[in-house]
Amino acid sequence: MNKHVSKVVAIGILLFCSPSWAELVVEITKGQADAIPIAIVPFSAADAAAGSFDIAQLVSDDLARSGRFRTTDRKDMIEQPHAGAAISFDDWRRLNNDYIVVGQIHPADADHYSITFELYNVLNHQRLLAYQISANKPGLRLASHQLADMVFEKILGIRGAFATRIAYISVLGALPHKSFRLIVADADGENPHVVMQSNEPLMSPAWSPDGQSLAYVSFENRMPSVYVQMLKSGERRRVSAQAGVNQAPAWSPDGKKLALTLSTRDGNLDIYVLDLTTQALTRITDDPGIDTEPQWAKDGQSLYFTSDRAGGPQIYRVGTQVGDKPRRLTFQGSYNARPRLSPDESQLAFVTQEDGGYRIATMDLRGHGDVQVLTKGHFDVSPSYAPNGAEIIYASRDRGRGVLALVSADGRVQERLVSSEGELQEPAWAPF
Amino acid sequence: MKRILSIALLLAGAALLSGCPKKHNINEPPTAGTQVPGSTSGSDSASTSARSLDDSANQANSMANATGILARRVIYFDFDKSEIKPEFADLVAAHARNLTSHPGLKVKLEGNTDERGTREYNIGLGERRAQAVRRALMLQGVAESQLSTVSFGAERPAAEGDDETAWAKNRRVELVFGP
Repeated sequence: MNKHVSKVVAIGILLFCSPSWAELVVEITKGQADAIPIAIVPFSAADAAAGSFDIAQLVSDDLARSGRFRTTDRKDMIEQPHAGAAISFDDWRRLNNDYIVVGQIHPADADHYSITFELYNVLNHQRLLAYQISANKPGLRLASHQLADMVFEKILGIRGAFATRIAYISVLGALPHKSFRLIVADADGENPHVVMQSNEPLMSPAWSPDGQSLAYVSFENRMPSVYVQMLKSGERRRVSAQAGVNQAPAWSPDGKKLALTLSTRDGNLDIYVLDLTTQALTRITDDPGIDTEPQWAKDGQSLYFTSDRAGGPQIYRVGTQVGDKPRRLTFQGSYNARPRLSPDESQLAFVTQEDGGYRIATMDLRGHGDVQVLTKGHFDVSPSYAPNGAEIIYASRDRGRGVLALVSADGRVQERLVSSEGELQEPAWAPF
Repeated sequence: MKRILSIALLLAGAALLSGCPKKHNINEPPTAGTQVPGSTSGSDSASTSARSLDDSANQANSMANATGILARRVIYFDFDKSEIKPEFADLVAAHARNLTSHPGLKVKLEGNTDERGTREYNIGLGERRAQAVRRALMLQGVAESQLSTVSFGAERPAAEGDDETAWAKNRRVELVFGP
């Protein structure tokens, strides 16, 4: 695939019902030159109902979207086998496929389908995967993403993250009557559900480590408060409504505490830790500068955060034990903010200013602190790692509109998620 | 060697996550008791200044009809700055005089930034601007109890657009009078 080839992959197959708004479409803006060629052959279906859901297309879209695979176009398939025995490997090899997926979908009973699929190495005819997945009709989409996850992991050795979710803020309407929505969707943007809506700003969604709850900031009543909301029940709890600022919630790895930003009466922002069980507040930083945007290290013993104590915003790390002295981590450039730690803690993603634009950068935490700027936009902010660490989702602007975008953690693949309506901002990728 | 494994999907979860969006299917937004703006009348956001609750509300209402310099309620800032520019000194002084002569009057100072930079850091910058105005008013004799601050960061722009014209209108502190 040529670099900078703009390939539009529409993933808007409306199946069971169409949500009335905000379909997201993925555009791959920068592909990977050495993407792995793979053919996902359309699955055979025992009846029309089973065939109405195109599993192979969804799997193909997932793999193509990762930028690591180049999927074979259906019109280039000279045959469509549905089981390993029917594959003419030499033909597929001549079409330059390294791998092939074949499968079938059968009704198992009134409500359930049985999906069988196989993954083969075209070069040595070796079967790498053979699975049967059972799913009800609403579960077919998730089952397809899981199938794509298995293929992705088998070939690349990296756990797939297609069957995960994202949260983001969508802003609708024109000034002064905007409405704000907190939305949870599948990782490909499908299945958007409104978690919370308000006529005042919503900010900073943060997933609990178990993926069951979101913490966020809501300005309802024109004052900021931090809420924790259970996704399944919709039940929510206001956990911080101190006088002044209540911002930037971040879950501790054990899910029992939130780091957040509060202010003193004279408006000085510092980082605190709130114990969600006891309500006890522990002050972590104490500096006249702005300290905010905390993020926990995996062991729960330290926090990364933004501070402008040295002038402009820079990233620091501080232990959570009282009295620890923050250590500065970023030194290149005048603006480095909102750190997010990669799942394996090898990298820090953050927002940096370069050539007047705000861009997503990463810092190597294991070697010499090398910084790599991954994006080229002017308003690229709010980075969030996929739970497998392979990609970073972030907020960008495209022709005056807020969009979500993705970049691989090595910067080689870039994509945009374009919404049919609304300004999208502050994406947060859910844990596995 | 046939290895067909069966994966037990958590179908309940799958159904919840992938089912038709009955709009708020999995994620019922908070119900009435938990104050969801937008789910009811939305009147909450409309009432920015005059809610008549007590005596000071009358003063707030009188502020709604203020003319001259007191009708100006917005102080604009330079990029990444929270110092009040000399051109707004008269405005601040006029409001300080008015607030000191009406001790029942209360004002909320709403700090805002332009869209550039990270959202949460911008909340800090907006708060810093609101505090700059608060300090200036207090230095001119306004009682602390008359003043409160809130920062919306870049979340409530006054003007749309990705250019300096819009940004200049968005870097501001608004004085919102009320009881």
